[in-house]
Amino acid sequence: MYNYDNYDKQMLQERIVQFRDQTRRFQAGELSTEQFLPLRLQNGLYIQRLAPMLRVAIPYGCLSSRQLRKLASISRDYDKGYAHFSTRQNIQYNWPILEQVPDLLAELAEVEMHAIQTSGNCIRNTTTDQFAGVAVDEIEDSRPWCEIIRQWSSFHPEFAYLPRKFKIAVCGTPNDQAATQVHDIGLYIKKDDNGEIGFQVLVGGGLGRTPVIGATICEFLPWQHLLTYLDAIMRIYNRFGRRDNKYKARIKILVKEIGAEAFREKVEAEWLHDKDGSATLTQDEVERCKGFFTDPDYQELDNTNQAIEDAAASDLLFSHWLERNVAPHKKSGYRIVNLCLKETGVAPGDITDTQMEFVADLADKYSFGEVRVTHEQNLVLTDVRLQDLYVVYKALKTESLATPYLGLINDIVCCPGGDFCSLANAKSIPIAESIQRRFEDFDVQKNIGDITLNISGCMNACGHHHVGNIGILGVDKKGAEFYQVTLGGSSDRDTSLGKVLGPSFAQAEMPDVMEKIINVYLENRQENENFLATYNRIGMEPYKEKVYANAD
Amino acid sequence: MPTLIKDGQVVDNLWCLLEKGVDMNAALSDKAEQIIVPFALWQDHKDTLMESSKKIAVWLDSEDDPYELANDVIDLPLICLNFPVFRDGRAFSAAVILRERLNYQGEIRAIGDVLRDQLCYMKKCGMDSFDLADGVNVENALHAFNDFSTSYMSTMEEPLPLFRRR
Repeated sequence: MYNYDNYDKQMLQERIVQFRDQTRRFQAGELSTEQFLPLRLQNGLYIQRLAPMLRVAIPYGCLSSRQLRKLASISRDYDKGYAHFSTRQNIQYNWPILEQVPDLLAELAEVEMHAIQTSGNCIRNTTTDQFAGVAVDEIEDSRPWCEIIRQWSSFHPEFAYLPRKFKIAVCGTPNDQAATQVHDIGLYIKKDDNGEIGFQVLVGGGLGRTPVIGATICEFLPWQHLLTYLDAIMRIYNRFGRRDNKYKARIKILVKEIGAEAFREKVEAEWLHDKDGSATLTQDEVERCKGFFTDPDYQELDNTNQAIEDAAASDLLFSHWLERNVAPHKKSGYRIVNLCLKETGVAPGDITDTQMEFVADLADKYSFGEVRVTHEQNLVLTDVRLQDLYVVYKALKTESLATPYLGLINDIVCCPGGDFCSLANAKSIPIAESIQRRFEDFDVQKNIGDITLNISGCMNACGHHHVGNIGILGVDKKGAEFYQVTLGGSSDRDTSLGKVLGPSFAQAEMPDVMEKIINVYLENRQENENFLATYNRIGMEPYKEKVYANAD
Repeated sequence: MPTLIKDGQVVDNLWCLLEKGVDMNAALSDKAEQIIVPFALWQDHKDTLMESSKKIAVWLDSEDDPYELANDVIDLPLICLNFPVFRDGRAFSAAVILRERLNYQGEIRAIGDVLRDQLCYMKKCGMDSFDLADGVNVENALHAFNDFSTSYMSTMEEPLPLFRRR
């Protein structure tokens, strides 16, 4: 984990002092609501439907057990004893009180955490693959690069009042778990023939009202130039991004309007001035950052374990969990353990204070005291010994954290929706629950196999519905909540945007609609074909026919 | 006399800003000796303006291109950057371009909707005087420059990024 030095600590303290004074001046009437708005947003504070919402950054998804315990105690002391993991490796508190937020931020700072730039028209929390550093197919650990970007983007004076929000993702593996192509900037780490690190740079990806897959504007940017090139992109966007219409203000619209090639030329021309300047990264700085993300003290262990195999043979649920929630690890004798926060009846991504503390204890005992947060709203223990898996599984079960359906239909990604969010057109959590109840039988889920189901309560697309194999979007139809379904989305290396199935449905119809869609897949799939592959082969028509068969 | 903040001090504003649409006659017959002309007027009448007895400065609106001043920066003691609304951040980049790209050594002044809470970042981008919006408390605003004592990235105040100073 990155450790703050005196510079980091000082800037964080200065930010808290600044925001405390801003909050005071707002309450004293010295700052108008409009003037306070971007200031509170750049400190993660929204005014929501029922109360303020505070979004806390979990930089590139990495948490220490100490930080997780602090998040738990804050949820108890300032909130209602639970919190929500978002789809951008952030955590959200739904019930803080405005006057207490500066104190809450001071508590977060005790564990080197903050809510800086988690909202507003600025560069947001940089995200990455939750398996960074332990993935078997990794080209390069993305975490040091994310930390370099975090520092560059924090309090950047030139880019704090952009046309719109700005999100960067970094991916260091061939298998993309970071939805890299649907970010304002996506960075794929590559190695050239000499083993030198560089970045494939994509710009203009994004979801929301106008979903777009990012365009590559640089095939290989040598690592030294990362920050100067990012500066150039940001400067072009800050100057030329549209400011006349909030819905056309994202960088994707600029890239579309002038074309990726013209955008690239502008960036290159701008970059020439800064290239090789003082912001050029040094080997020393990269080594310094890499020094925070070295391997923990792994033991030399066999990669098979008879006791675990025996336990799996006698405990069916454990064997399901092993199959679904446990991933291979780069180190022999270790495994990556995924905790699926999708228990039926609980809002996807929600976690209680006691669960957080429990996970922190488990991390200390079994995974070198670290936890990862995923953009699928789940948690990860990255470094669990194979021999400990059964103990860990049984422990997780006691806190309802061992649901064995990671990557199955009930592992639903879902925004807070109309129950909490003032932007939402429709509720999303009850839809998730009704679908989970319909597919509750684990054998049914397992038979369906790998699938992603994403729900957003409005077209801002926090639930990433465009890139779900099945996407559900809440829409407002003359004051009533309806749901539009898309099929065929994916956020993998072959990113695709889902296509609309047809007219939207009432809430009560949704479980039936899902079942019909799944049945078309099951009836048509060929050997080993997952949902997406079948859809890509047979197209939309069979799903349409089945779902709307009795509509007239 | 109206005041502004310059180099961390409250000073008198000796310059008179002329609004967009002003014509040359009105500009040259203005009773002020130091005038800030809109960018369009400067582009159309640069030579005549420079020949007049007045001291001339230029103000750019947020959509104006600072690169178009490339040949003029040597002649201008002051360039003003307008914030039509405080959350329009284009002038931050314009200031960086003037300083870094065009090597402008004169005064860069923030004008328009200039509020306390953006001052620290404005200064880090190379602006050095600040004509505050109506109603902003000047004494309070003077503290804003201390909001952040340093920066991670390269700025006009500290050209070396933190990673080269750590």
